Formats: sequence, structure tokens, C-alpha cells
Amino acid sequence: MQAGAQAGRVQGSRVQDSRVNLVRALRDAAFTGLVTFGLLLPLIGFETVTNIRDELTLTTRWPLLAAAVVITVAGRFLYAIAVDPWLARRRERPAQPIPAWRYYFKKWFVPFAIGFVIAYPVLVILIVGWGGGLKWIDNFGIQILIYMMLGWGLNIVVGLAGLLDLGYVAFYAVGAYSYALLAKNFGLSFWLLLPLAGILSSFWGVLLGFPVLRLRGDYLAIVTLAFGEIIRMVIINWTALTNGYAGITGIPRPSFFGIPFNADDNGFAAVFGLEFSPLYRVLFLYYIILALGLLTCFVTMRLRRLPVGRAWEALREDQIACRSLGINTTNTKLTAFAMGAMFAGFAGSFFAAREAFISPESFTFIESATVLSIVVLGGMGSQIGVAIAAIVMIGGTEILRQLTFLKQIFGPTFDPTQYRMLLFGLAMVLIMIWRPRGLIATREPSVFLKERKQISVDLVKEGHG
Amino acid sequence: MAQDASPVLRVEHLTMRFGGLVAVDNLSFEVGRGAIAALIGPNGAGKTTVFNCITGFYRPTEGRLALHRGDPAVWSVLDDLTASGKRGMVRSDGALFLLERMPDYQVAQRARVARTFQNIRLFAGMTVLENLLVAQHNRLMLASGYTLLGVLGFPSYAAAERAALDKARFWLDRFALTERADDPAGELPYGAQRRLEVARAMCTDPVLLCLDEPAAGLNPRESAELNELLLRIRDDHAVSILLIEHDMSVVMNISDHIVVLDYGVKIADGAPEAVRNDAKVIAAYLGVPDEDVAKVEESVGL
Repeated sequence: MQAGAQAGRVQGSRVQDSRVNLVRALRDAAFTGLVTFGLLLPLIGFETVTNIRDELTLTTRWPLLAAAVVITVAGRFLYAIAVDPWLARRRERPAQPIPAWRYYFKKWFVPFAIGFVIAYPVLVILIVGWGGGLKWIDNFGIQILIYMMLGWGLNIVVGLAGLLDLGYVAFYAVGAYSYALLAKNFGLSFWLLLPLAGILSSFWGVLLGFPVLRLRGDYLAIVTLAFGEIIRMVIINWTALTNGYAGITGIPRPSFFGIPFNADDNGFAAVFGLEFSPLYRVLFLYYIILALGLLTCFVTMRLRRLPVGRAWEALREDQIACRSLGINTTNTKLTAFAMGAMFAGFAGSFFAAREAFISPESFTFIESATVLSIVVLGGMGSQIGVAIAAIVMIGGTEILRQLTFLKQIFGPTFDPTQYRMLLFGLAMVLIMIWRPRGLIATREPSVFLKERKQISVDLVKEGHG
Repeated sequence: MAQDASPVLRVEHLTMRFGGLVAVDNLSFEVGRGAIAALIGPNGAGKTTVFNCITGFYRPTEGRLALHRGDPAVWSVLDDLTASGKRGMVRSDGALFLLERMPDYQVAQRARVARTFQNIRLFAGMTVLENLLVAQHNRLMLASGYTLLGVLGFPSYAAAERAALDKARFWLDRFALTERADDPAGELPYGAQRRLEVARAMCTDPVLLCLDEPAAGLNPRESAELNELLLRIRDDHAVSILLIEHDMSVVMNISDHIVVLDYGVKIADGAPEAVRNDAKVIAAYLGVPDEDVAKVEESVGL
């Protein structure tokens, strides 16, 4: 009897609970709708169009505005009624033991992933054939690997040392222009210039490091941002050296131990008795950037287990404690900047060699932002997280280009790539709701006595420069 | 105060001004070799400022802070060293450093003065073991050939890392932290965090260990354990200890020598028994009856 009454009460309170939730969700959605309407009325509701007599006329776009508001209201309503309570329940749920498949997944994921990226070009050629492979290996594989490498490089500065660097693209630019200018003017080879570009970039990394050593947090971010712009401005305006906006064309491409990839008699295809195809060069480039990327990852993982890597992480955790233990924080920060910049320099010289054309357009702030968001989305300090984020972000953009069937739905003028930034932002918001500290939100200890325990990122600091 | 023949630290005429505020005024004292010295005083007396001057976090406005190790004869070159403008000197029979001239990390690295903080400063997201390895940074850095040899995997670094792990294990054992070695430092209970901070400082092989309120927030049993631990450290490892503490059970039980500060001025200096009965100290801590105010003010020199 009593138990029944209690169950009834619980039932009743639950009904009441859901009613309260419904009311709250409706109110929430209505408020969001109001804000959206107010915000989008001038942005979407009205449009100025130049008519045939060259006059500016005001037209309205009510259906579009209504659609935008309805989508936002519906989204907010769904979030408030379903996602939010679900998240709350998830937070209350006690921690569960890790299922066995996760363990095996973790154990085999990395070897499988490395095997996959090595076999990737072969798989692509097997699936889409010799002709269609170019696009998938070049636009997809190489592009993603470049950003993965940049992400891993920036991860040293931002993820490990906790120094927020918004001007990372500057080092990428230094690497690219170093290769382009030295290869074109002095005819030096790619393999000689690759390390040289890395050294020059890390030199600039140290140069940036010195003035910003005293700065912390937001101030550091602003100065690095400015540094990125300064490098770009110098490239644009020093036309005698860099040819300004026009960029540098005809940059020598890397050769296969001295054998160029062209259709000549002494070209790669002819020497090896193959039919000429541009794919050989792309395959060669793919494996170069793969090797460079894996080198970056390997060196970074190695550095984490060395005193310098531990000092970077300690710096992120507490600078004052570092100093009390005799760690020279100045040098430690400089090495982080130099290391990160060096890998960007490698990637930059590869980029110049691959494109054979570079211009300041390729080194705008948006590149820095992309690489930084790869690091942040991946989970700061996590190598695998950065790799996954690079695949999703860069691969996702490239996939958008392939969605030509959408033209049949939305009309021939529809260009899915224009929605890139929108999706970018959406992905960012979702990740920040779902996993505020990135995809991989655990830190792997660099050394252990008995067992390697994952450290929840909640304990790990983000660093303040 | 009895002059120690060869103290480990000699503080002379230390003055620290922040703008118009004199935080420490003409303070002189010594920390005896192998002794535990305590720096006490009411809140805001300037104790932590003295610590920050000794460990190089502040550059004193005036004064000389000389740290010595090795043969007592080395003390004789103090004035020459001061005149030479150098930061310190190392001879085969000992070393002498002028701490007021050194930046913080060099005080820890070269002069081997380790410290802990009033508000615990651990590397919370790193494991207990990693905390202890970071403390051995400089030696490991050298062994890894400033990273170059380490990246290439030279065996000399592996040996150095093993030695570092052994040392870490020793201190974990000493401080009863072995069980928690692989846990993140931020997850330890408060008392264990305090112990870990001392263990981390000990991993730097200090000559002088400066502890800023090591017993703050510990329960009586924990602070009794801490007492024993500090005494053992002093006896077994040739370390001198300078500590700031409010917990009188710690101060009175283990200190060989107490310096009392009030408003940046030294008001007493001596053995625990003498300091405990010193009228100025009692006045500074407890105040005085109304009728005695004039008398005490006169004796203090106000």
C-alpha cells in the first residue's frame, strides 16, 4: 500500500518534472527565437541589390528569415527538452569500468592507423582507379597530412608548453619562402633545404620568443597574432625579394634521387619504363609528407618522455614552481617555440615544393586559426586527438567539394564549400558542449612506476603562457 | 646570539621596500649548518618576503644573503666575492653564493636552495612520480645532452633516468607516497600534497630547504609526523632547514633556533625557550594589558 503510494508520488513528481521541463524549454525556445529574429532581421531579412540602372534597392527575404528563425527555435527547443537533461543524467551517472573492446581498440588503433595511412594510396588506386586517384591522394591525403603535421607542431607550443600562439602560420610561411627563394635563386635541392627551412623557422621562433617571454595569457596571444601579420606584411611589401602579392612561381619540385617527375626521356616514368602519369609525383609527395608527419609525431612523443618535455608540461602547470626547482623558464619556453616553429618550417617547405607556387594568400590568419582549432578540438596535448581533428576538419572541407549532387537539389548555383565556415563553427560549438577539453580528454603520464593511469584533463591546466 | 662558526646562510642587513612600504627592515640572522631555524611572526610580518628574497623571487632593495657549503674557510673570501661583483664562486673545497644577485632558477640550480610554497604549488595534472622527475630536471637535461642525445636514444640518458627514478622512489618511500606514485598530484589528499611538495624539493638535492608553512592545514597527528620527517631529513641528509610556521607545536618542538619578525623588524632571535619567554614576542602575538602599553612601547623603542 505504502510502497504503491510512494511509487505514485514518484510517478507524479516525474510527470510534474517533465511538465516543468516542457514549460522551461518552450520559454527558452521562444526567447532564443526572439533574439535570433532581432539579430537576423537586418542581416538576412533585408538585402540591398543593385538594379539595372545602377541604383541600390532594398529587397526583403522574409521566407529565408522565417526559415532561419524556425530552425534556431526548433534546435533550441530540442536541446532544452532532450539534450540538456541527457547531459545532466550523464553527469550524475557513476563512472563505469572501461569495457573490454575499448581496451583492444586502444591497443590496436595506432598500429592499424599507421598501416592504413601507408596503404592508403594503394587502396585509393584499387578502388577508384588510376585516373580518379589523383584527387583523393592529393587533395585529401596530402592536404590532411600537412595540417596534421602543423597540428602536431603547434601542439608542442600550445598543448604541452601551454603558450597560446595565434601566429603559427608565420613559421609555415618562413619555411615556404625559405625553400622557394633558396631553391629558385641558388638551385639547392629539396633535401638540403628541408632541414635548412626548419632551422630558419626555428630561428624565427626564437626571435618571436624573446619579446613575448614576459607576456602571459591574452597578451601573449595578441603579440603572436601580430607577429603572424608582420611576417605576412613583410612578404607582401618586400616585393624585390618576395614578389609581393604576385607570389613566387616555378618553384623547383623535389626529384626522386635526382630523377625529375616529368614526361621527358630522363623523367621518372621513362627511366623506370613506366607510362607517364602525374600520379607518380603525387605518390612521392604523399610519402614524403607522411614520413615528415610521422617524424613530427615520433619526435614529439619522444620529447614528452625527456626532461625538456616534462619541463614544458610543468611550465604549463605552474611556472613559479618550475623556477623554484631550478628550471630556466626562459630557455624552456624558447625551446618550445623553436621546436614548434621547426616543424612548421618543414611543413612550409614541403608545401612550397608541392604547389610550385606560393603567395601571401596562403599564409593568412585563418590558417593559424584552423591549425589552432585542430589542436583545441583534438584535445590539447593529445597526438591522436590532433590527428583525428585534422582528418575531420580538413577532410570534411574537402568532402564538401565532392558533394556535387547537392547542386541537383539546391540548384546549379549552390556551392557547398561556401558553408565551410558555418559547419566549422557548428562543429566547434558541438565539441565544446560535448567535450569541452577536446576529443581526447585524458593525459597520458610520461613515466610510471607500477601502472600507467590515465589522467583526467580536469586536473590538467591549460597554461597561461 | 651566539655566532655560529660556519652557518649555511648568513642574512645581513636585508631590506625590502615595495614603493613606500618597508616589508623587511634591516634584518640580519643566520641559519646554522644542519640546524632547523624557524622564522615566525604575526600575519603580514614579512616572513614570506624574506623567503622570496632568499630564493631569488624578489631582488632585495639592500642587504647581503650569503650561502655557503663545504669548508668553513671558504667564508673568508666573502668580502672579496662581494667586491668582485660575481654571483658566486665554487672551489674544490666548497662554494659561496650571493643569493641577492642570482635569479630564482639559479638560486635553486647553483646554490641549491629548495623551497615550498604557502599555497601548495604542485604540477597537479602530472603524476606524483613526474613531479619528482621534474625536480631533477637539470641533471637529466645534462644527461640527455640537452635533449639531442635523448631523442637519439643514447644509453647514457637511460642510465641517468634510471638513477632519477631510483632517487624519486627513495623519497616516495620516505614520505609514504609510493602507493600514490602513479596518481595525478592534484588528486592527493591535502596532507599528502604537502608531503609531496617537500619530497619534490628534496629531489633537487638542496643544501638549504626553505619551507613556507609546511604544517598549515595538517591535523595534529599529521604535523607530528611532519616533525619527525623533518628531523630525519636534517639528520640523514646534511640539509639545513629554514621554515616559516604558525603551528607552535612544530616550531617549538623541532627548531634549534627561532627568529621572530614583526612589521618587518626582527624582535627576537634565539633558542625556542628564550623566544617563548621574550616579552616583545608575547606582546607581538598576544598584545599587552592596557596599563602596560606605555612600558612595552618604551622597551620596543616606539
